[in-house]
Amino acid sequence: MNSLSKHAARDAKVSIVGVGKNFNVSGRDLVAIEKIDLDIGKNEFVSIVGTSGCGKSTLLNMIGGLDEPTFGEILIDGRPVNGPGRDRGFVFQTYSLFEWMTVEGNIRFALEKSTFSKAEKTELVAHFVHAVGLSGFEKAFPKQLSGGMRQRVAIARALVYKPSILLMDEPFGALDAQTRGMMQELLLQIWDDHKVTVLFVTHDVDEAIFLADRIVVLASRPGRIKKVIPIELERPRSFEVLTDPKFATYKREILADIREETLKLMAMDHS
Amino acid sequence: MDQTTDRGRIARKKKGLLRLRQDIPDSVFSAAGIVIPVVLFLLWWAVTAMELVRPLFLPSPWSVLEEGWRQLSEGILFADASVSIYRILIGWLAATVVAVPIGILMGNYKLIEGLLEPLISTVRYMPVVALIPLSILWAGIGDGQKILILFLGTFFQQALMIMDNVKNIDLNLIRAGQTLGFTNNEILRRIILPAALPGIWDTFRITIGWTWTYLVVAELVAANAGLGRRIMDAQRYLSTDTILFGTLFIGLLGLLTDYLFKRGGRSLFKWSSQSR
Repeated sequence: MNSLSKHAARDAKVSIVGVGKNFNVSGRDLVAIEKIDLDIGKNEFVSIVGTSGCGKSTLLNMIGGLDEPTFGEILIDGRPVNGPGRDRGFVFQTYSLFEWMTVEGNIRFALEKSTFSKAEKTELVAHFVHAVGLSGFEKAFPKQLSGGMRQRVAIARALVYKPSILLMDEPFGALDAQTRGMMQELLLQIWDDHKVTVLFVTHDVDEAIFLADRIVVLASRPGRIKKVIPIELERPRSFEVLTDPKFATYKREILADIREETLKLMAMDHS
Repeated sequence: MDQTTDRGRIARKKKGLLRLRQDIPDSVFSAAGIVIPVVLFLLWWAVTAMELVRPLFLPSPWSVLEEGWRQLSEGILFADASVSIYRILIGWLAATVVAVPIGILMGNYKLIEGLLEPLISTVRYMPVVALIPLSILWAGIGDGQKILILFLGTFFQQALMIMDNVKNIDLNLIRAGQTLGFTNNEILRRIILPAALPGIWDTFRITIGWTWTYLVVAELVAANAGLGRRIMDAQRYLSTDTILFGTLFIGLLGLLTDYLFKRGGRSLFKWSSQSR
């Protein structure tokens, strides 16, 4: 039903099949997500945007196994999701680092449940410290790092154990605009080097377009897919793409969609 | 002339020192803490020196210090203090040993919170002094009874505060642990506990202060020695200098305890972004 991009069509990495979610709010069932069907291809980068309350974080949590769908099923490589698993890495909006561990300690902690040998683990930690540009900060504690650096540790921690899917819930939402731009480029670099499927939830339309192969625009109350837009901007992308006319066209379309949803929401609140 | 310029400087300084949530130099901050005690002391001294009140109601600072010196040289002070500190430590430790696991369980499992919270919240309002007769029946008149009173005065508040310390940690830390494949038990021990520890340490600092305030109550009945006992005995003979010295001395020991906990916390939890 959705306009899947070429490589997503056949062997879906993540299949969201008829997924709905109800929340029980003071005795009444509230439909947070009505029914979502979506396939995400291997190594695809999908951004999910929508007004607040459209269920985008809930959807991500369900894929991560942190939350259960009320209806439907989520499949990863054809197998149903049943709780969190090490085939998925998660980056949260808050800097959810373990403050009592060093940068290296945080990343190494993620490897504890892996079967890699000790030498391999050391190598992996070093590799990812370098990949997120934190060489020299191995022994620093999170408290000593800036927000951007902390989120880099979180990214390294989510990737070090080699998951095939990276779930990111507004990971750069708390960063200033300049840092955010650098982090986006860094993320694309890492995505390119490490070949993972990324689901990226964001408020920021620029960010969504800049990063993604496809953008899923969600409608609100109840949450459902409004539109899926393939982004055909050339890769590798750098900040210059932000001023590309095609970029502006995408942006206009998505902003109009979100604006429409926001207006509907406001109308609902007034009725 | 000197005075006016001085006043001008103070006025300007005031402007710089009284700004909402602004840091001031450390030296000024520590000096400020001494100002009020010194003023109070001078007032006290002035009032007694001018004989505005009878020594029975307010003995002079010197007679209080003299009393302190007497207790020190006769060895009473050391004996009292060591008995009381022993009771405080055991009473507080007993409360802590029980409150830490219970508070942690309440903070993590809704069922356990539901089971215990109403009970603990009720009991913590009950006056401990009123339980003295029962405590004697249950624990006799030895050290056990004193420790029981200190335990009762500390435990209930402490358990609730530790529950809050645990609840205050970022939920995403737990979720991160889940996505990394850790079991509930591992998350509890290796993520929740260390994350809550700086807060729990602060609770320790605050609750041992409360234990100190229960000392006199604990030593109210059938005690031969102890800082609180000394104060209660002094009441019988209206020796207000002993009462004042004892009270001030307990305050001083409390201050020392607080300082030790603060220092300890600062070096134990250097990594914590909450600690200053």
